[in-house]
Order: sequence, then C-alpha cells, then structure tokens
Amino acid sequence: MTTEALGKIYHDGDVIVRQGEMGDCMFVIQEGVAEVLQRKEDKEYCLALLSEGDCFGEMALFEKEVRSATVRARGEVRVLTVDKKTFLRRVHEDPSLAFSVLQKMSHRIRDLNAALNKALGRRSSLR
Amino acid sequence: MRGRMMASGAEGNPRGPKLEDGSQVAVIGGGPAGSFFSYFLLTMAQRIGVDVQVDIYEPRDFSRPGPGSCNMCGGVISESLVQALAVEGIKLPPTVVQRGLDSYFLHMDVGSVRIETPLQEKRIGAIHRGAGPRGLQETRWGSFDGYLLDLAIAKGARRWPQRVEEITWTDGRPHVKPQGGTSQPCDLLVAAVGVNSAALKLFTGLNLGYQPPQTTKTYICEFFLGQEVVNRYLGSAMHVFLLNIPRLEFAALIPKGEYATFCLLGQEIDKPLVQSLLDSPELKRCLPPNWHVPDDFCHCSPKISIHSAVHPLADRVVFVGDCGTSRLYKDGIGAAYKTAKAAAKTALFAGVSAEDFRQHFWPTCRKLRADNRIGELVFAITRQIQKRTFARRGLWRMVSKEQQLQGGQRRMSTVLWDTFTGSAPYREVFLRALHPSFLSRFFWEILRGSLPLHKTGAQARLP
Repeated sequence: MTTEALGKIYHDGDVIVRQGEMGDCMFVIQEGVAEVLQRKEDKEYCLALLSEGDCFGEMALFEKEVRSATVRARGEVRVLTVDKKTFLRRVHEDPSLAFSVLQKMSHRIRDLNAALNKALGRRSSLR
Repeated sequence: MRGRMMASGAEGNPRGPKLEDGSQVAVIGGGPAGSFFSYFLLTMAQRIGVDVQVDIYEPRDFSRPGPGSCNMCGGVISESLVQALAVEGIKLPPTVVQRGLDSYFLHMDVGSVRIETPLQEKRIGAIHRGAGPRGLQETRWGSFDGYLLDLAIAKGARRWPQRVEEITWTDGRPHVKPQGGTSQPCDLLVAAVGVNSAALKLFTGLNLGYQPPQTTKTYICEFFLGQEVVNRYLGSAMHVFLLNIPRLEFAALIPKGEYATFCLLGQEIDKPLVQSLLDSPELKRCLPPNWHVPDDFCHCSPKISIHSAVHPLADRVVFVGDCGTSRLYKDGIGAAYKTAKAAAKTALFAGVSAEDFRQHFWPTCRKLRADNRIGELVFAITRQIQKRTFARRGLWRMVSKEQQLQGGQRRMSTVLWDTFTGSAPYREVFLRALHPSFLSRFFWEILRGSLPLHKTGAQARLP
C-alpha cells in the first residue's frame, strides 16, 4: 500500500474508532478491509467486514452519541476522514450529497433486518 | 415500450423546455467541469429513470504527456473537495493522485514554519491534469482530467474526439458541428471550455449576452527532481512562499511523483520575476544544494479567471467551471464541481430555460462570486502583511507557537491553512481573522517580534 496516497494507513489490529468514544467524523475506506466489532460483557462479536468504498462512523454526523462499535484494521487499510463540519456545510449547500450516505445506511438497515430474521429463525427452530 | 418521461420538478418553469427520455445534451469540453456535469447528470437521471444522451466533445488525448493533454493548472485537489468526492463515492486512486499532502510549509524571509492538518492525514491531492509534463519518460500516474472523463463515460456519456467548430441556433435549439462532422441538434448545450481554450469564441458570437470572465496570467512550470529528491526535500508538504518581491502575490512548490510543480500568481509575471523567485534563498532551501534550473523544462502561462462571466446562462445553454464562475485563485476544480453539479440538478429537476437556470443554478454562482469579493479582501490583507517585515515576523511567531503547542486553539494556522489550500470559503477565513482573540494575539506577537531581542527568526526543520 503506497504511503503517498490520500488518507491515513492503519496496520493490522489498529483501532480506527473505539466503541464508547465520542466521534465527530465519518470514514471512507479507500483500500483494504476493516472489521466492525461490538463488545457485549466480556465477549467481542464481529458484526461486519468493510471494504473499499464502504463508510463507517456516519452516525456521528447526525447525532451526538458515542460510537456504537469498534472498527479495527484487518491487514493494512487506508482510510479517509470526513469532518462533521465539512460534511454538514456541504449538505446544507447541496442536500443531494447526503444521497450516497443515505443509500449506505439503507443497505445497512436491510442487512441488519436480514441478520435479525436469520437469528429469529434459528431461535424458533431451537424451540 | 417506455413512455416519454420528463424529469421536471414542481419548482421548474412549467412552460420551459425540459430534459426527457431521449433528450440530447452536448457538453463542450471534457475537463473537470464537463466531466462532473456529465457524471452527475447521468447518475441522477439513472436514479429517477430518465434516459438522456450526453455527448462530450473533447479533442485532447489525456493519455499523452505534454501540453497537448494538459489543462494547465497547479494541480491541487483541496481538502474539502477530496472529502466531498469521497462522500459522493468518487475515489481518487493512487494511480491518479501522485502525492497526498498532509501539511504545508510557509516560507518567509523571517523564517519557515510547517503547518499540519489536525489529524495528520493526507487530505490534499497533488495531481497532473494531463498525463504529465513534456519529456516524461515513463507514465506512472494517469491524468486527473482523463480519470474524471472515464468516470463520465462509464456512466454512459459518449466522448467525441473532434473539436467543435461551429454552434448555430435553429428552431430554438442549439446545433453543434464537430470538425469534419455534420451539425447535430441538442436540447441542452453545456459550455465547459475553461478560459484558455479557443472554443470560448464559439459562444461569444451567439448573442446570448455572455461575456467571458476577466482573467490574469499565471506561470506554472514542472521541474524533474526524481522521487528520492522529492521525498527528501519536499516530502508530503506543499511549500508556500510569502515573499516581499514586487508584483508577486503568491508562489507555491507542489511535490508530485518525480516532479515538483512551481506556480506563481501575481501581476504581469515575466522572466525577471520568475528568476528573482528562483534565486531567492527561501526557494533554494527547499531544493538540493547543487540543484539549478534546467535549461529546458515544461512551462506555461495560462490564464485564470479573477472575475465571473457575465450571463453564464441562457435558454438551453449553461456555462460551468472556469468559463462561468470559479473561485478566486484557489480550488478552481472545487468550483467546477459545485457549478457543474448545480447545473446538472437544475437541468434534470427544474428545466433548461434561462429562468430555470436563474432560479436554481445561479444561486450557486452568486455565492461563489460573493465569497470571491471577500477573498479579494483576504488577499489584499495578505499583501499588506507580505510587504511589512514586522507583520511577517508577527505572523511567523504566532504560527510557530501554535504549532509547538499540543492542542489549544490554532487560530492563525487555521486561517493560513484555509487561505492557501482553499479548503474553506473566504468568508469563513475572514470571520475567523476578525475574532478578538486572533487579533489581540497577532498584535501581541507583532509587538514582541519588534523588540530587538526577539527579532531572530528560525527555520523549521524541512522533511
């Protein structure tokens, strides 16, 4: 991975965002893979794998809540940060800029619904 | 069979012409403005299910190095544009971005100082508009303009390599005649020809009331240094020179791959002015001790717009990018993105009449124009600082202290960063410079710097 490219390079195992911390930016993966992890009690669950073009941390742009999950580099990953202020100023000027983010959030809801249905199906089959 | 579909929005002029299924759009110029327009028009049209045909007329071959493929500019993609494109889903790959920049060095006679991005992340892109300078041996990076044009083509635009030699008006519609071809009617004509192209003349004779923007000349040249020298001496920083040289507004050295682009802004830039800057110790400090100006190198004196065009819109015609409205001195590509997208949204969702463009496209241009007026004030103040040693020393002291501090408010650093990188509107820069804490701190540093004991400057460590 070239160090001269745009963004910042994280190495295998580097934490890009940490669950529970406040955030004021979102991230767009330019190259490589990152894993989304959620800690419940003492266990860590991998919720998703993100790759080139995927964004994460976008919830911080719309609400003042702590990060809901940890995102960690799986191998080398190059990530570009989008500031909340820059994003919101641009969206105010051109609301259509939010379309891609909305589209990605919509896909995420669809994926979560599918995962939830799968989990519920598994639970009912166990009964 | 698909019915005729119109992309009209509720806000458009109900009697005006609209883009609908089968509409033809001719885009003259395949630089960033033309490619952004085509890309966004086609993206949005696909989202709402309207089938429009976009034809881009661009005679330049962006795969060949040299002036023939170059649209002549400093080649810096601002931090705010890099972020906006990332959100749009437009990735700028390492095959196009020759170097990501994370900082800049401000060089003055009183000292040099490095200003870094808060996140120490490479968020400014250094690119070549064409395939590279004249004399390039090996093409390792692609053209930025070529990359954007390919994105538009991938969205469905057709590219015609012919030069347009005539634009006529028949039955209320523009007709475009490419060299060696026949005259083709279109429903919308998009001018994206910049200010350096002879194609601009095609529009001035159409009685649209259009007058091209006022321009000034710049000077840009490319020095081959080799990647190792670029890494060692320039690093991932843009080098900005604020020197008290008559007629010089601003100069910058931008590292790119194996080259460094040297840009000058000022009045009546001529050989002696360029030479006086090349001979300055501030510039020499950035380059190897044994380096000298080569006998032959790729250089140009392109025009840049300093005032917006008059009437950059008409029925079925819109002017985007530099030939319409741009940003003063900085982030011209960012302005091309904004005006091109505003024009594409208007054409698709409102209509293509002059009234539609006036209502929905013109506000974007007006905002840029208003900001440029504040920009003129910002640069006038910068010029005054540039001329006065005590002010330069005060500025240097303030920035140096801010950069040494961990955390805290970096007021001067932010103001300079946004002024020289074009990352924020000039209005924002100006308002930040009016903050009482900024002014009191600046005057304090001017005062301290004027005391005999504090006059000695220092050089920041070069990469």
